[in-house]
Amino acid sequence: MALGLTTALLAVAQAWLLATAVSSAFLGGADFTALRLTLLALAVVLGARAGVAWAQESVARRCSAAVKSSLRMQLLRHVATQLPDVGGSLQSDRASGEVVALATRGLDSLDAYFGRYLPQAVLAMIVPLVVIATMATADLVATLTVVLTVPLIPFFMALIGSATVRRRKRRWEALARLSGHFLDVVSGLPTLRVFGRSEAQLGRLERVTDDYRQESMATLRVAFLSAFALELAATLSVALVAVGVGLRLVDGQIDLRTGLFVLILAPEAYLPLRQLGAGFHASEEGMEAASRVFGILEGTPDGGPVSSRATGNHEVEPTHSPVTSDLSGAEMRIEGLTVRQPGRALDAPFEASLVIRPGEIVAIAGPSGVGKSTLIDVLLGLRRADAGSVSIATTDGRTVAIEDIDRVEWHRHVAWVPQHPYCFPGTVAENVRLGAPDASDTAVRAVLAAVDLAELDPSSSIGEAGSGLSSGQRRRVGVARALLRNGDFLILDEPTAGLDAASEETVLASVRSAARDRHLAVLLVAHRPAALAIADRVVTIAARSEEPA
Amino acid sequence: MNADRGGERLTAGTTVVHAPSPPGPAAALWRVALIGRPVFGRMLLAVAAGVAAAGAAIGLTATSAWLISRAAERPPVLYLMVAVTGVRFFGVSRGVFRYAERLAGHDAAFRVLAKLRSRAYARLEHLAPAGLAEFRSGDLLARLVEDVDGLADLWLRLLLPYLIAGVAASVTVAAIWFAVPGAAVALGATLLFVAFVIPIFTIKIAHRAERRISGARGELAAATLEILAGASELLVAGATETRLAALTAIDRRLAAAEARTSAGSGLGALLSGLASGAAIWLGLVAGIAALRAGSIEGVTLAVVALTPIAVHEVVGGLVPASQHLPGLAAMAERLLDITSRPDPVTEPAIPDPLPVGPYGLRCRGLRARYSSGDPDALQLPDIDLRPGERLLVTGPSGSGKSTFAAVLVRFLESSGGSVELVGSDRSVDIRRLSGDDVRRVICLCAQDPHVFDTSVAENVRLARPDSTDEQVEVALAAAQLTAWVDSLPEGLSTPVGEHGARLSGGQRQRLSLARALLADAPVVVFDEPTEHLDEETATALVADLLAATTGRTVVMITHRPELIDSATWAVRVDLGAGIGSEAS
Repeated sequence: MALGLTTALLAVAQAWLLATAVSSAFLGGADFTALRLTLLALAVVLGARAGVAWAQESVARRCSAAVKSSLRMQLLRHVATQLPDVGGSLQSDRASGEVVALATRGLDSLDAYFGRYLPQAVLAMIVPLVVIATMATADLVATLTVVLTVPLIPFFMALIGSATVRRRKRRWEALARLSGHFLDVVSGLPTLRVFGRSEAQLGRLERVTDDYRQESMATLRVAFLSAFALELAATLSVALVAVGVGLRLVDGQIDLRTGLFVLILAPEAYLPLRQLGAGFHASEEGMEAASRVFGILEGTPDGGPVSSRATGNHEVEPTHSPVTSDLSGAEMRIEGLTVRQPGRALDAPFEASLVIRPGEIVAIAGPSGVGKSTLIDVLLGLRRADAGSVSIATTDGRTVAIEDIDRVEWHRHVAWVPQHPYCFPGTVAENVRLGAPDASDTAVRAVLAAVDLAELDPSSSIGEAGSGLSSGQRRRVGVARALLRNGDFLILDEPTAGLDAASEETVLASVRSAARDRHLAVLLVAHRPAALAIADRVVTIAARSEEPA
Repeated sequence: MNADRGGERLTAGTTVVHAPSPPGPAAALWRVALIGRPVFGRMLLAVAAGVAAAGAAIGLTATSAWLISRAAERPPVLYLMVAVTGVRFFGVSRGVFRYAERLAGHDAAFRVLAKLRSRAYARLEHLAPAGLAEFRSGDLLARLVEDVDGLADLWLRLLLPYLIAGVAASVTVAAIWFAVPGAAVALGATLLFVAFVIPIFTIKIAHRAERRISGARGELAAATLEILAGASELLVAGATETRLAALTAIDRRLAAAEARTSAGSGLGALLSGLASGAAIWLGLVAGIAALRAGSIEGVTLAVVALTPIAVHEVVGGLVPASQHLPGLAAMAERLLDITSRPDPVTEPAIPDPLPVGPYGLRCRGLRARYSSGDPDALQLPDIDLRPGERLLVTGPSGSGKSTFAAVLVRFLESSGGSVELVGSDRSVDIRRLSGDDVRRVICLCAQDPHVFDTSVAENVRLARPDSTDEQVEVALAAAQLTAWVDSLPEGLSTPVGEHGARLSGGQRQRLSLARALLADAPVVVFDEPTEHLDEETATALVADLLAATTGRTVVMITHRPELIDSATWAVRVDLGAGIGSEAS
């Protein structure tokens, strides 16, 4: 704001000094000695204008960095804590790629918004006012011309802008589709070549691009009208001011210095508005990036592909009702649980029912695709069922549906070994301590031994995505992690797949003893006979499909 | 062994000759700019309109300054009429010319885009897929496509602004030279400074800032991916907050690095401000000196003093335009790096005609490699496959199974040995046939067949564009996809691919099979059809694939032979067991 005012005042000073110098040298016959002070002051003013431009840019950058940081962290916090709600849809490579792109480069378009658009918007409000006020002291007629034409610019921009905004949006969509088509054809090149169709696509590619050109040019002819109106209003009014001033000079109504002053000043009133128009596109991109972030934060379908997929599911509403802090000895009851797989005519699981009591191991079996992992997602509160219920019956006789338990609180009572446990860069011990940060070194060693990983040094480090560990080792680190966590329920999703017989035996024995000694309620998804053998009961679940496999 | 290697070098050598040295960024940009040659006429139109628009802006300032100065001398109004008309003309025409420039420029840019795409596609068509091996990842391919599209901006955002500003500024400087040479020198020097020196500075600063930021950005990306990949597990383990705290620390570092670049990015604004200020001030001083010396009239002084403001406004636009340069140069280099690759196969000058079917295959000492420097990715024992027989190729990953498939359909040149297509009348080395002919006979169902963003029917029909809906349905039925198609909302015309229903891995393979059946290929090659499928789906799929191709000559490439009934194979080759292990 202060910078905007300074800019305006410097523009006025520059015009005044320049007009004075020219008029006194021309009509007054002044020499350099007489103009010494004027020229010196002009040099200072010109230098100061450059300085203000520098300051403006720096401030804009700083603002931008701060805003970007804030948006970024909100976004990351949101995706890390909220989006598992929708069945982990964000964990597909593509969607997480989008989030990463948005968090790193995507927000950079805000730089242009803060660097070019916002400062210009401020200038566009202040400068014309200051200039008009100053001009009014010099020449009322010229001032009137400017006063009448300046408001025309935003008016025209708004008028034509609103008429073209939908067309422009359609054009961007068309452009995206066009790029998509090109990418589609290039990606499919091997397939096209197999069938000898690749050359035929060349003509089609040119035709599609050309169709798009004709379509876009029709839109652009209208879209550029707003810029046209803006330029026309700005230059034409400068011309009007110049001609008017010239004629009044001839009549002797004003003097040359005033005339030049008004002439130099008039374009300054329009400059910020014109630059605002030019920066409008930058602002749109910035707003687009910001709205994508907000789209994800609010989970609106307009927020881009990430959230549109997200809303395809049912989100768990945070209903934080009475916290049940003591769940020891509680049992889990699953009744008629059914989940419709998003975008498919498939219910998996379909009407699954089972009960898990403390100290008991219940195995669920069934061919792949019947929804065993989906069932677990529901138990963990990561996904909502379409029918049926999951509830916890405590020892004091209360029964609470899990969606009524605060999720963070519920997770305190659960330990989970996913099908593919994720190992983070860091030491083995850090990975094992994930759910129990305060566990002692002894406890870590003990639990590693319990999953047949005694040979693994807890202080050795693991690379990105668990590199350095075999998949069997990663799986056992996952089990170790879950065993170390102090919960009441232990959920294991194929914990021994891919392990050799000896390791499998050790892991299963540890699970068995955890259930017995710590009175845990254990749910085990397993295929292999050895794993099914430790279960007290085996429940088979099924899917109902209306589509071919 | 040595003699063999010598022979390989000879064949490989023919491809090496074509590989040019990679072009530098300037040469790359130049070559891309020349792709716009067919639309140079339209570019010229845009330049002319742009120069007229810039000229009108400069003319408006100059004539207004003259008009007001002259008016101050109180001549009869009649003497001012030419200037008055000039001022009005420039006032109106600037917007009109600018509008024309924009339209002509965008029209030319779209035409360049069409040219760029067809040129790039025509080249990629020869390279795919063996010459684009590392582009199997969709991300890299998407970037390649983005590069092609992005380069359409080379003319619109970089070359046109420079040409327009260059012409308009040169004419103005020359005009001022006739009045006050000193002012013209000052103006010319400051304009060159703004157009060329400042961009060099700002591009360097931006580059250095980018390097500083990219470290933190890379860390942030890695940490974000990690927190997303493990999101559910972190949440259930109650460890999300700790991870977010670590992420916040990285974010702070990134924000700090970004803020530190602010001083640098303001430098461009500071320098252009100083340059235009210097031009105005020096113009004024030189003008006053000339006036005192009597070499110009008083009315010219205002023109000399005010014109620099308008010219610098025009040329100042080049600083942001120049910021596109590094990005465009990088795109051009990446693109040329790909398009200047040698063809993976050499087509025969005069191809032999196809033999008459039915067809068998005969392989003798076949070797192949992806690029000339690599060791052989494939070393195949001798194989004789009679028409209607089935060949099973197994082996661990890296044993060259997919390389074999690529050689069979002439996507890749063999580096030694031969494959012959054995017809009923004669047999021909496939290198003597045209690639399209070979692929008419030998159809590849690739590991990851592409599903185009169009309807189910069109996706199948691409195998034979003149086929009827009934024929497409028959092919889909043979691939066991009828039930799936019937379950789709719009049946055969349901969009699939990117914007439609997504297909599972098994469905993709079946779709690929339907294509091969519709193309009625006598020899079908399946490359790892069971990849990424669970055991049950895989077993069912393989059974269906084999049932549907009964009577055809089949090559099945897989690393999971246990899924397949061993009785159906006439010939088995295990690439994992080393050279020369043939069993039948």
